[in-house]
Amino acid sequence: MAGVVIIGAGHGGTQLAAGLRDEGYAGTIDLISADPDHPYHKPPLSKSFMKAEDAPLQPLRAPVFFADKDIRLHLGQTATGIDRAAKTVTLADGATLPYAALVLATGTEARRLTLPGHDLPGVHTLRTASDARALRGALPGVARVVVIGGGFIGLEAAAMLAGRGIAVTVAELAPRLLGRAASAEVAQAVAHELEALGVRVLTGVSVEAIEGEGRVAAVRLGTEVLAADLVIVGIGAVPVDGLARAADLTVENGVVVDAHLATSDPHIFALGDCASFPAPGNGRHMRLESVQNATDQARALAATLAGKPTAYGAVPWFWSDIGPMKLQIAGLIGAADEAITTHGADGRLKSVYHLAAGRLVAVETLNSAGEHMLARRLLTDGVTPPRDVLATGDAARIKAAWQDLTATA
Amino acid sequence: MTKITFIEPNGTRREIEAADGQSVMLAATGAGIDGISAECGGSCICATCHCLVIDAPQDLPEMEDTERDTLEFTSDAMQDNSRLTCQVEVTPALDGAVFQVVGH
Repeated sequence: MAGVVIIGAGHGGTQLAAGLRDEGYAGTIDLISADPDHPYHKPPLSKSFMKAEDAPLQPLRAPVFFADKDIRLHLGQTATGIDRAAKTVTLADGATLPYAALVLATGTEARRLTLPGHDLPGVHTLRTASDARALRGALPGVARVVVIGGGFIGLEAAAMLAGRGIAVTVAELAPRLLGRAASAEVAQAVAHELEALGVRVLTGVSVEAIEGEGRVAAVRLGTEVLAADLVIVGIGAVPVDGLARAADLTVENGVVVDAHLATSDPHIFALGDCASFPAPGNGRHMRLESVQNATDQARALAATLAGKPTAYGAVPWFWSDIGPMKLQIAGLIGAADEAITTHGADGRLKSVYHLAAGRLVAVETLNSAGEHMLARRLLTDGVTPPRDVLATGDAARIKAAWQDLTATA
Repeated sequence: MTKITFIEPNGTRREIEAADGQSVMLAATGAGIDGISAECGGSCICATCHCLVIDAPQDLPEMEDTERDTLEFTSDAMQDNSRLTCQVEVTPALDGAVFQVVGH
């Protein structure tokens, strides 16, 4: 009998397979991964994986786990088509798998530059284990790196490279780092941190070309030419939605799903980075690229597919380790119209509380794990402590206010 | 190699041989211990590797602030013997230790 077929074995797809068994699902589970590597954690690729030449990938679940849970893992297999009428998926090797439920957990791929020189040897992206191995193998002897793009992956890589004594320049087109992902206050604190690590941060600059004879030698900006032994392009990601398009599912900035993560075909679902889902609260469709979003959507869908319909509604959270700085974000800053900032004893930015029409909607923290964990509770419970309490940045006082507010609610 | 026992959420006791130098979380997930999802991969962020130290032949090294703060405000109530196992290194001093998985 046909069971669940999951395409994509990243954080979301792998958690779904595990979650289905946790929920008592007894049918077959096929987990199909175009990536040939055993399913692995992505965030360490730009950090601990780079530290030693032989650092292993960090498995999401041990190989023994897949065997124990009777999850059929198909590594290095690309799904080439969906037959919605027959409810089958075709793989590149010609095999056909029937499904009762099909889940697209295909993630994103790096957005490509289209500038002259974009395909010169020495130009790297960093999303998969194979990208990370290529970058790690190319680093010995490299003295100067240009990172194109001031997003999380590029900045984490820049901090890591600076830590190895490499001269790093970040070139960002926008007037500041981290675009829509973080507030201007946090972006500035991150820029200062990178500069303290020795990274040169250029914002508001246009990249005209990547230059070199046979391999990369420089990056030409509108304003100057930066010599480079290696270039990392980190200009965002685009959803992998080719299968969904070919199958005529609704696609708009990702595979469009409802609150139960069903696509326009009720037997096909999507989750994680590739899915455009209705935001809890306002119902507007959005797409998030994060480990939390992928794994929490996988938990909700596992329950649904095991017979307990569960709408997705978790508070989003996110983290980035940029050198020694731990940036954490809870909630979505989107509609915020007021920001309360707090600073540590050293005068450095510690947290930013974002309010929209007086309600707490997001909290950014820098090296302040307690405030972050507490922020997730506040947002889950929908409570907003008084402004003067938030402004203390004192987790114990904010916790006391939260307890008061939830006790009387 | 260091022998560590985990009590999984369903009560099953499993003893594993852990390589020294890695985190207790990595040793546990590598052995397929149930209930430790370790979502953040060991960055001391998600608290999904939360375990209770049921027995330890020697005191574990003290927690750092990040671990303490993350535990204090996590949704699974912190207890006196709570640890985030991604922050605990496997050393011969842990031989015979018993961790109860809090789960997520």
